[in-house]
Amino acid sequence: MTLKKFAVTFVLGSMALVTVGATSMRAQSHVNSPDPALGTPSVDSTESHIGGLTGHAADGKKLYRRFCIGCHGPDGNGQGMNAQWIDPKPRDFTEATFKCRSTPTGTLPTDDDLYNAITRGFVTTNMPAWRPLTPQERANLVAFVKTWSPRWAKEKPGTPLTIPAETPITIESILHGRQLFQKLECWKCHGPQGHGDGPSADTLTDSKNNPIRPYDFSSGSRFMCGVTNQDLYRIFMTGLDGSPMPSFADVVKPDEAWDLVHFLRTLQPLKTQEAGLWQTYKAAHGADIKPIGPDAVAGGK
Amino acid sequence: MRTKYFLALTIAVLLGSGMLVFANPPAGSGSISGKITYTGTPPKMKPIDMSKEPSCAKQHATPVMTENVATGPGNALAWVVIYISAGDQESSAPSQAVRYDQKGCQYLPHVLPMQISQQLQIYNDDQTSHNIHPLAKVNSEWNKSQPPGSPPIDTKYEKAEFIPVKCNIHPWMHGYFVVLNTSHYAVSGEDGSYSIKGLPPGKYTLTAWQEQYSQQSQDVTISGSETKTANFTFKVLPY
Repeated sequence: MTLKKFAVTFVLGSMALVTVGATSMRAQSHVNSPDPALGTPSVDSTESHIGGLTGHAADGKKLYRRFCIGCHGPDGNGQGMNAQWIDPKPRDFTEATFKCRSTPTGTLPTDDDLYNAITRGFVTTNMPAWRPLTPQERANLVAFVKTWSPRWAKEKPGTPLTIPAETPITIESILHGRQLFQKLECWKCHGPQGHGDGPSADTLTDSKNNPIRPYDFSSGSRFMCGVTNQDLYRIFMTGLDGSPMPSFADVVKPDEAWDLVHFLRTLQPLKTQEAGLWQTYKAAHGADIKPIGPDAVAGGK
Repeated sequence: MRTKYFLALTIAVLLGSGMLVFANPPAGSGSISGKITYTGTPPKMKPIDMSKEPSCAKQHATPVMTENVATGPGNALAWVVIYISAGDQESSAPSQAVRYDQKGCQYLPHVLPMQISQQLQIYNDDQTSHNIHPLAKVNSEWNKSQPPGSPPIDTKYEKAEFIPVKCNIHPWMHGYFVVLNTSHYAVSGEDGSYSIKGLPPGKYTLTAWQEQYSQQSQDVTISGSETKTANFTFKVLPY
């Protein structure tokens, strides 16, 4: 009896040891041995630098296995156990394509961009804000997330977008922003009233061919990549890579971009300065305002 | 002084032309031609409803058809890229840019082959905004808005890849960038025919790629200035 018990314990114990050993070996090799075909990385791709913090991938790996693996998966490809129940799907880190970036479309985000994404979470998705983790822990996670794609060893992040000082919030600015909303055809997806119900809205898919919704301004919810006017400016200028939202950096000048920001704020059911100005204007000139949409002349008010 | 200047200029010109000659191997005079056909029943191409974009719809007297399996008389298969996948000498990209147009809410041409590092210029000829979204996996994926009257987008790809291109605003718009590691390629026409010229003598692997039916290859040996024939047949299914 005792012998049998001992045997069972021994067998179970050694099985557990083997499992733990194999898992850690596998993860270890993933972090420490870069693909020999990739050459020598110019920067240490197993580190992250956020302000004065240096994150380490080896430490981030432990946190990843504790907090992230359920959705983002053991292979970092967004196919964790929970992924099948989740929409939008968890990010596939092996592609190194990220929505919230300060860098131009098609380039890698900065460490700060990834850190901010982990800190902020993604509203309207299953990705929570990871404020319960210490800044050092979040920096470690950034370093680890970057080990999933060889791009991080070969490429540098893009040059972050320069955002000039915000122009004054005036009714002229809002009206010009409204023209841009018509001319740039934001309404084709986001809808004439910004309700996310434009003519193309139902057909949108992300780069993995999963259906995706455009942002509904009337929901009043936070934006995917922040809450401030600066965040809004950055979202449409850099675009949300991997999604249908393109970059407008090449076609919108900085002062025009601020006009668009000011108009977009009027579409939200929030008590903002922009919304106030717009309500006053609408009360006085309501009859003159041409609706946005297919019938409006591009560029007309 | 003047002679010195002239001499320097001559040397510069000589060097420049020499570099050009060395950068690209001498063009051969062999060629490969043939015809791309299908067996089986191809899927029916569907008319595209552009009524959501009147400015484009009115440019087409008859509805534009989808082009993923474009067929012609005599079982011809169009928009197949035929290229040298092995055996070709390395060559730098030509200075001539390739042009891609968004016109009438269509991509012209539907399939655009180009060489690695070759300049690619993307034009919007329409009265509507397009967003051009090449869904690259090996190269990096980007997505840019191009309103009417915008300057062309100037770009290039550094790795060989078959890249699907789409416009999210007009979901029927669909095309391909085919980035190749060779300067010897062709696209089959409506009659399924193609021709690749300027091949130096050598043993080559010739590959034909169709967006829905993947790739197939055959070996071709060129000696001297002969023209070899290489036909490809793709098995198609009606769904």
